[in-house]
Amino acid sequence: MSESINLKYIVPGDDFTRAGEASGAVKRKLKQLGFNSDVIRKVAIAMYEGEINMVIHAGGGEADVEILPDKIHIILADQGPGIPDISLAMKEGWSTAPDNVRSLGFGAGMGLPNIKKYSDELKIETELGKGTKLFITVNVSN
Amino acid sequence: MNVGDIQKILKADLICGNEDQLEYEVQTACGSDMMSDVLAFVKNQSVLLTGLNNPQVVRTAEMMDMRCIVFVRGKTPDSSVIELAKDHDIVILRTGLRMFTACGLLYSNGLRGGCEKE
Ligand SMILES: Nc1ncnc2c1ncn2[C@@H]1O[C@H](COP(=O)(O)OP(=O)(O)OP(=O)(O)O)[C@@H](O)[C@H]1O
Ligand SMILES: [Mg+2]
Repeated sequence: MSESINLKYIVPGDDFTRAGEASGAVKRKLKQLGFNSDVIRKVAIAMYEGEINMVIHAGGGEADVEILPDKIHIILADQGPGIPDISLAMKEGWSTAPDNVRSLGFGAGMGLPNIKKYSDELKIETELGKGTKLFITVNVSN
Repeated sequence: MNVGDIQKILKADLICGNEDQLEYEVQTACGSDMMSDVLAFVKNQSVLLTGLNNPQVVRTAEMMDMRCIVFVRGKTPDSSVIELAKDHDIVILRTGLRMFTACGLLYSNGLRGGCEKE
């Protein structure tokens, strides 16, 4: 694999049951390309948490994934409400998720901390009323 | 232990999975209804016990390469959940036991949480 592979997914905001399809597809692609399972799992979990966030907090969005031999870049962009206080949102256990989201098994306030933990780089751009963009990078170590 | 042992210990019904899959070796497990809690601790856990019944349970197991989901409190998974599990070669078991009891039984039979502290 010498060139980069670019993948793009639309993440629908109105169907919770489909959240995770994009992450699952990326996981399968990385497996097919022969990446090691630790790298695959880091990418899958970080992207899945971000994908779920776009669905439950932002009405859906888009995922762009760039696969390079030595790193994987994931950009998750939505046009949701934005995050008022990023440092608060990064705290373990901090969540604004309503009860109905909690009854679906999310809203523990662990998603962003998980993304931070499983990625090698995480940048968040957010503007209130405009949307949020996550830039996630996972390095491929051999 | 393997998935078949878990089925016996928990007197669980096999909702989906075949003979070969019952031979899967498992060492560690995780019990939670909050999926991000599950996703927070990756230590090659291979079994997820949960009372939550929706496709995200299977997706969470998929992302973590888990091999078996146990639905506690007699929760019967929806067909969408079962189909997704089949697609990903994940075994589904159902036990009438509650979470605490199911986890306790598995722990006392040697299954561990897989996090350093445990
Ligand atoms: N894409 C987003 N758009 C708007 N707000 C967001 C977005 N992602 C996260 N947030 C805000 O940041 C908070 C923390 O996010 P985080 O993913 O850590 O927890 P959670 O989604 O509430 O729960 P969990 O991830 O454990 O299911 C959210 O409750 C929400 O207020
Ligand atoms: Mg989240």
